Amino acid sequence: MAVYSGPLQSLIDELGRLPGIGPKSAQRITFHLLKVPKEDALRLAEAVIAVKERITLCTRCFNVAEGGLCAICLDDSRESTSICVVEDPRDVAAMEKTRLYRGRYHVLQGALNPIEGIGPEQLRIGELLGRLEPEGIEEVVLGMNPNLEGEATAMHLARALKPLGLRVTRLASGLPVGGDLEYADELTLGRALVGRREVDA
Amino acid sequence: MSVFRDRGVVLRTIRLGEADRIVSFVTESHGKVRAVAKGVRRTGSKFGARLEPLSHVALSGWQGRGDLDIVTQVEAIETFRGIREDLERVTVGYAMLEVVDQIAQERHANPRLYAMLAGALRVLDQRPAVLVGPAFFLKVLALEGSAPVLDQCAACGEEDVGSLVAFDLVHGGVLCRSCRRGRPLSPAGLVLLRQILGGELGAALDAGRSEATEEVSALMTEAMESHLERRIRSLHTSLVP
Ligand SMILES: [Zn+2]
Ligand SMILES: [Zn+2]
Repeated sequence: MAVYSGPLQSLIDELGRLPGIGPKSAQRITFHLLKVPKEDALRLAEAVIAVKERITLCTRCFNVAEGGLCAICLDDSRESTSICVVEDPRDVAAMEKTRLYRGRYHVLQGALNPIEGIGPEQLRIGELLGRLEPEGIEEVVLGMNPNLEGEATAMHLARALKPLGLRVTRLASGLPVGGDLEYADELTLGRALVGRREVDA
Repeated sequence: MSVFRDRGVVLRTIRLGEADRIVSFVTESHGKVRAVAKGVRRTGSKFGARLEPLSHVALSGWQGRGDLDIVTQVEAIETFRGIREDLERVTVGYAMLEVVDQIAQERHANPRLYAMLAGALRVLDQRPAVLVGPAFFLKVLALEGSAPVLDQCAACGEEDVGSLVAFDLVHGGVLCRSCRRGRPLSPAGLVLLRQILGGELGAALDAGRSEATEEVSALMTEAMESHLERRIRSLHTSLVP
């Protein structure tokens, strides 16, 4: 229901579409933006535009990038024979904060969820398999969320990767089942990384 | 708002906001319950670990006036690790959850459906029985009053076992040689179907993979999808590479 007219209501509607923002919050943010100095509001608008125009997905690993390859793929000091597979770019950021992992990443853009119809074809799994040989990958670290979808995704990948003679490890100890990786504290995540272990397929 | 306490199996969870989830349960006494669980996506949340799909839990919370309740406490009854850690079994588990999610009605108690799901998950957790999923579908169809006719030809009433050679959803059961249409059904397949509905479920669950079990699987998937009037997504999305 359009309570306000024109631009005011369209901003409320747009904000209301964002995750975690209900109609009440959308209204509150809109009126806040109405009150703040013009340049503050425009900075937000410009930031949104810049993100949409400049940020893309890395053509190799599907992490966020500014055109072409992401900063991690471009960094020659990273170990080039190890790939850590995660569900989401935010998980790359979480792993990077531990400063314990020196290899590269591959972002699946989701996890297997058969009830929602998300199978291997809906994820960047084919692209992962395509990287192994050209990049001379020796180790794949499975960094899925410790929940049912994440576990199923890790089992699927382990079964696809093991026959190829790679070292396949899985983040294990310290991560309780059911949470999202992005919320893990550095200590927990660091311990999980150190304690990673071989998986059976 | 009133307090509720029940036992249930987690069917699915949907992310909500920063760290919350909306969790759907099939419960013993309240039918399907959809409830908000706060803070469960933070990896420190023990609460979250118990609210994963497949988990059998004792839950308590607040029943709201809207369609969402709030779950405040969860104790694990069974976690079914045997299912979670096996790709083939987790696929079957997902399919059972999906079917129950379609059939269970919100706040409409169906204790048999809840008990059947918990029981089927328990069997699946213990051994990779090939017919757990199909047998579960058939039992649920019977519970829904949609059991196929198995004791005689669904069209003409012919009872001679030797002449029952087909299975057809339009007629709602097996068909004899002269009425045959639909899919062919082998004598071994018919035996399995009869065992499942006739109190010999254990025998059917002991069956190893064979042409007959494949036949029964395909027939029961088809029968359930026809009953639900939609595809069972989990069975068309392969987890196995
Ligand atoms: Zn990259
Ligand atoms: Zn007949």
